[in-house]
Amino acid sequence: MRITQGTFSYLPDLADDEIRAQVEYALAQGWAVSVEYTDDPHPRNSYWEMWGNPMFDLKDPAGVMAEVVASRAQFPRHYIRVNAFDATRGFETTRLSFIVNRPRDEPGFVLRRQEGAGRVIRYTIDSYATTAPEGRRYG
Amino acid sequence: MSGRAAAGAGPSPAASAQSVPPPAAAAQVDLATLFADAQVSDVLDELDTELVGLAPVKARIRDVAALLLVDRARAAVGLANASPSLHMSFTGNPGTGKTTVAMRMAQILLRLGYVRKGHLVAVTRDDLVGQYIGHTAPKTRDVLKKAMGGVLFIDEAYYLYRPENERDYGQEAIEILLQVMENQRDDLVVIFAGYEDRMATFFRSNPGLSSRIAHHIDFPDYTSGELGEIATRMLGQMQYRLSEAARQALAAYIPRRMGQPHFANARSIRNALDRARLRQASRLFRRRSGAVTRDELMTIEAEDLLASRVFDEPGPGASDAKGRP
Repeated sequence: MRITQGTFSYLPDLADDEIRAQVEYALAQGWAVSVEYTDDPHPRNSYWEMWGNPMFDLKDPAGVMAEVVASRAQFPRHYIRVNAFDATRGFETTRLSFIVNRPRDEPGFVLRRQEGAGRVIRYTIDSYATTAPEGRRYG
Repeated sequence: MSGRAAAGAGPSPAASAQSVPPPAAAAQVDLATLFADAQVSDVLDELDTELVGLAPVKARIRDVAALLLVDRARAAVGLANASPSLHMSFTGNPGTGKTTVAMRMAQILLRLGYVRKGHLVAVTRDDLVGQYIGHTAPKTRDVLKKAMGGVLFIDEAYYLYRPENERDYGQEAIEILLQVMENQRDDLVVIFAGYEDRMATFFRSNPGLSSRIAHHIDFPDYTSGELGEIATRMLGQMQYRLSEAARQALAAYIPRRMGQPHFANARSIRNALDRARLRQASRLFRRRSGAVTRDELMTIEAEDLLASRVFDEPGPGASDAKGRP
């Protein structure tokens, strides 16, 4: 099951030139771009691991692309995303976030039902991938 | 903010995917058209008119621009053109215009399409080298990333290498620089700057660095005439002017200052002018006679310059401008 998170998630995966164009746009807006990775695809897992510090004062996407390439080499089977943070007062939040790398094989989620008091059912989802310990998921 | 929101749509991800078919190789290209298209001539002319002296530097920059232009022409007719190594070293005494020329260089490279953004990131050792183990590499990479798409100007580059301390982290910074200079040649141009003799030692002890720098440009010292011209231009920019007596005082001042230690060419002249402005201000203030004219506010008199400390010492053969024996 293909994970859809962040901007452009219903489009085919972005090619490197497309990623570069997006980063170029983010830098032109004055946003700080950062790279993050994780192997826990749960939708509520908001805080991914940081790949280095966010990159401030960049003029050209080449620096970000170099980090994307380096993070892919290190974590070929992790999810990797690029975030663009807007520090403008009133926003002070991530304005753009998209996935730039995903595992070849995404097993998807299992829906668990928990019987509660009375006939209440609580639902939760678990990724099949997270049954293996961190770092050993996705083969 | 609404303008921002309107622009928020961003480029569509498909926009950049359209690949442009390679242009059919033409049999001939017009260099003059190429030259005009690149709008390099503006920058080169500015360089000629706005910077005093520096004839060898200007000639070298014209050479480099010509080489890059011919490379583009070669590409247009389908000849092999290896992307040229553009890393440079600027050597010369302090105040000879290395940083100023580097900024112009960034503009020239931008017009010719060899850098994408044309900004200049000026750094020294402190910006590249860390203070503890593991600090240097991220710091250097940060600076390199900021400079990508433009020009990285490393001032007093020889401080990166400290042979007396074999555990110095400068070596690590040099290695990362080398790696990026070689592998990401299209992304940035590095200019090393510093005093000539110390740079020579620096390059001798880092042969890998020296061999990756194609253009060594030496900045000559200014003559006293050129310094006088520079002073006039600086004052013009600040909307001051010299009285006739002050012009003579300045002409006497420059050779004296040149003979003194720590002479830093144009920078010393700028400092001298700043001090003269200071004296002019207090002279006008001391008078306390109420109204000052626009002319008085603009004019620097001879006494503002003659109060300088350099006139207290016997000059280099020049006659004493204060008329003392």
